[in-house]
Amino acid sequence: MKILVGIKRVVDYNVRIRVKSDGSSVDTDGVKMSINPFDEIALEEALRIREAGLAEEVIVVSLGGDECQQQLRTGLAMGADRAIQIKTGEKQQPLSIARAFLKVVEKEQAGLVLLGKQAIDGDNSQTAQMLAALWNRPQATFASKITLSGNTATVVREVDAGLETIEVDLPAVISVDLRLNEPRFVKLPDIMKAKRKPLDVIGMDELGVTAEHDLEISHYTPPPARGKGILVENAAELVAELKNRGLV
Amino acid sequence: MSRTLIIAEHDGKTLNPSTAKCASCATTLGQPFDIVVLGASVSAIASAAANIDGADTVFAIDAEHLAHPLAVNHAAEVLAMADGYSHILGPSTTYGRDLMPQIAAHLGVNQVSDISAVEDAYHFKRPIYAGNAIVDVHAPESAKLVATVRVASWKAAADGGNAAVESRSANAQAASHTRYIKLESGVSERPDLQTAARVISGGRAMASKENFNLIYDLADQIGAGAGASRAAVDAGYCPNDMQVGQTGKIIAPDLYMAFGISGAIQHITGIKDAGTIVAVNKDADAPIFEVADIGLVADLFTVIPELKQLLG
Repeated sequence: MKILVGIKRVVDYNVRIRVKSDGSSVDTDGVKMSINPFDEIALEEALRIREAGLAEEVIVVSLGGDECQQQLRTGLAMGADRAIQIKTGEKQQPLSIARAFLKVVEKEQAGLVLLGKQAIDGDNSQTAQMLAALWNRPQATFASKITLSGNTATVVREVDAGLETIEVDLPAVISVDLRLNEPRFVKLPDIMKAKRKPLDVIGMDELGVTAEHDLEISHYTPPPARGKGILVENAAELVAELKNRGLV
Repeated sequence: MSRTLIIAEHDGKTLNPSTAKCASCATTLGQPFDIVVLGASVSAIASAAANIDGADTVFAIDAEHLAHPLAVNHAAEVLAMADGYSHILGPSTTYGRDLMPQIAAHLGVNQVSDISAVEDAYHFKRPIYAGNAIVDVHAPESAKLVATVRVASWKAAADGGNAAVESRSANAQAASHTRYIKLESGVSERPDLQTAARVISGGRAMASKENFNLIYDLADQIGAGAGASRAAVDAGYCPNDMQVGQTGKIIAPDLYMAFGISGAIQHITGIKDAGTIVAVNKDADAPIFEVADIGLVADLFTVIPELKQLLG
């Protein structure tokens, strides 16, 4: 079985985001970029499944300009067997990304697609669900445990009410949550080895996917700031303040 | 055909308050709206939905295979009735986030996630980058609009509606490729985090599962919901459904009290719509104090018992 893992290049989760003063976007100049943390967990899970002998090949796929090759190389250094860049100069939205992924999934005959449950830049949480719908295959979102057995995957999902377990037939799309695993650290020799692993580039246009019904983003603003708070000295003062404000 | 369809959320017994919040959002779109309730034996839930102010018709679609909220089955029913609507709204809860992109993909449109404000029927505001930026999103008027409503941003629509309830049978068969097994839910009598007026949360500094009883006791004393930071959930001190933050629950209580939570940006995202934020932490440099309305630099293990006594 081949496992396909989608990885997105995003602003590192430790970076404090600032909106540009002209409201045109957020400031990404000179900012550290990383693999979306959820995607890293998806990749780690794929590697563990392969290491357990339940898959033969792990392919990392990213969609974007050549700069995303940096994250694909990191994925290869973590242990993916090969990488595919779906090359596009435009910022793509989830529907087009899902359509492009579907072309690759079909071409590669993937048995399992693992994606992060959301990207920490757009916070959309759409691509996995859209891919499952377009592929007409099962989805299991927000996974915190995945158990493969024969042709099915049993997935524990983190939902608002607790932990939900579902069973899906493969092939399937699974989107992963934070507590699924802890991704491995990349070692220097692996980075060297990753340089020799195959990285194929396919144009978005070659896949026959064109964007439609795109949403347009016109303006970025910083969130409204909260007023400056006060410090109290002890529990008694805290309770007095809460009572004063009618909160208890 | 300017008409909105809201997908109701429920647990098989009661209607989730997220539905009335979606109704508030639908009302600001300035066009009539209907509600669809998908499930098995949902007549009581449909009656509750019919009570939401402003709803025209509540469609109750009753079928055994809709009992559990599997996106593939629920999406099929919504798609079968999508023709009559320009807008389809669901909540930004895990139910809505699982379901709505399936509907959008089948309709061939992009989805607007997490609507926090409505400018007009095709112009919205939503947070991105964990709430560190708010963007204006314009959706094409030539296509159907599929969106999730950021429940923490909206007040529930009032009761007092009198919608007609129309029962329908399911349009599609159950998908055989996806099977529901079970739901493990922490049994709690405390108010639901996403609708509680007060929330008491603990962080990594709680240091153990047993110590979390301090949080639960204080919460019970003032009728609050109980929450946690990701670090506390990861450490196994409390169940995942208590996690507040970018990847947990985004909440907007009148009062939020954080004990031993340092205040990572991912956690702050989940609470910045709260009315008043109180932080108690030993570390005076903890980032939580940057957003706290009332801060107390002290050891939570001495403060919580004192609070219990003072509030008793």
